[in-house]
Order: sequence, then structure tokens, then C-alpha cells
Amino acid sequence: MVLSAADKSNVKACWGKIGSHAGEYGAEALERTFCSFPTTKTYFPHFDLSHGSAQVKAHGQKVADALTQAVAHMDDLPNALSALSDLHAYKLRVDPVNFKFLSHCLLVTLACHHPAEFTPAVHASLDKFFSAVSTVLTSKYR
Amino acid sequence: MVHFTAEEKAAITSLWGKVNVEEAGGEALGRLLVVYPWTQRFFDNFGNLSSTSAIMGNPKVKAHGKKVLTSFGDAIKNMDNLKGAFAKLSELHCDKLHVDPENFRLLGNVLVCVLAHHFGHEFNPQVQAAFQKVVAGVANALAHKYH
Repeated sequence: MVLSAADKSNVKACWGKIGSHAGEYGAEALERTFCSFPTTKTYFPHFDLSHGSAQVKAHGQKVADALTQAVAHMDDLPNALSALSDLHAYKLRVDPVNFKFLSHCLLVTLACHHPAEFTPAVHASLDKFFSAVSTVLTSKYR
Repeated sequence: MVHFTAEEKAAITSLWGKVNVEEAGGEALGRLLVVYPWTQRFFDNFGNLSSTSAIMGNPKVKAHGKKVLTSFGDAIKNMDNLKGAFAKLSELHCDKLHVDPENFRLLGNVLVCVLAHHFGHEFNPQVQAAFQKVVAGVANALAHKYH
């Protein structure tokens, strides 16, 4: 699976529109993930996961900042995400299935907040992009 | 077996009442074929699927999407017995249509995206969670008779 020039352009444009809301959307996507896929909460026993939690807000910002980095380096995701890839492989060891849950909830969050941007083509490009990021983050698992 | 609380049933039924099944069906099936192009393998006789706009505008896609989502609406009326409600359709999808059940999961998630797209903030985390249960239940029910 390869990101085409059109995919990259779609993702850059959409992410650009999000601007400073990225952290807010990151937190919302996490909340949606915890609600819809309760098994994901097992990775956060040390967090307050209630609505509006400061820890979830902060973590959402972290996730969003990493995705912003990824968007800026779409031509070389393995290098750009190398440190995060090590972290997920050796320390966090989040089961790969969970990246699909979070990616889906990121799509849902964007669809809710930016209906005009969330065309079928952009939906496809975003899904591919999140999938590419997930693949890099799980690439050193074994 | 999946159990729905009274709150979940209420949230699902309330939102579904506002869904334009014809429009949403076409949108969901179209997006499935665009976002996961390999799903086009089941629709060789649908005509032009060569571009995003061709797919989204294709009258056969719209008609079939409406059929699929109408059936999905039956699920909403039978949330306590999805396996029973979909037994015949499950046999059909296995024996005649030969559809990998993974496709039901993909379509379920695309439908969730379409609902989010249409309803925006009203499609909050709790409503989404309820719908994720429905789409998972339908996917499992449709896969139940496979052999």
C-alpha cells in the first residue's frame, strides 16, 4: 500500500484545516476509542479516563503532535517515526489491533468536525495515511 | 450474544429514525468501494467503478446501498435477536454470494463514518459506541451460518 501524490495532498490539506484543533481532536478520538472499544482501556490503568480528563487531553495532544510530524514527513515515515516505533515495540507493546480502533475513531472525529472536507476521496486518503503510520509504529514488533 | 442496554437501544432507534436510508445506503456502499477498492470484486456487473465520482454516482451502487441499509434497518428492529433475524441472509452470503465476513466489518465501520459525517456532534462517543455494537452484532450475525 503506497500513498499516492493525491493521497499526500489530501492529507496535508485536511490536516492543515484542522490547525490548532489537532490536540482537541486527538483527545476526542481517544475518548471515542475508549467508549467504543473498551479493551483499549487496558493500556491506561494509570489514567483517569472520565470525560474531560486532563490526562486524556494531554495524551490526545501528544498523539496529535506525532501525527502532525508524520504529515510533515509523509515521504519518509519510517525515519520520521523511528523513535516512536522503538517506543511502541519495546516499551508500550500495544497490540497491533488497537491501531485500527484509534485510526477509525480519528476518522469519525474528523468526519464529525469537518464534514465539508471529509469527502470519499479524502476519507480514503486519511484511512491509508493512518494505516501507513500504524504499520511503521508496529514495524519493529518482531 | 450482544446485549443492548435500554439507553443504547433508545440512542440507536432515535438516531436511525432520522437517517435517510436511500441516501446513507448509497453513501456507505460507495465509500466502501472507494476506501477499500478490493471490495469491488463483488460488483463486476455494476458498470463504471473507475473513479471516485463514477462510484459515488453509479446508480447500481446507490440502489444496492439502499437495499443493504434497508436490511440493516431490520436489524435495528431486532436488536435482541440479530442471529435469528439474519440467519437466512447469512446462508445467502456464504453459499451464494461467497462474501468474506471481514467485508461486513469494513462496511459497518464505513457506515459509522457516514453517520458521523451526517450527524456531526450529535454522533457523540456514547452514540458511536452503541452503533459500534450494532454493526459488530450485524457482522457477527451475518457470519454466523458460514461453514
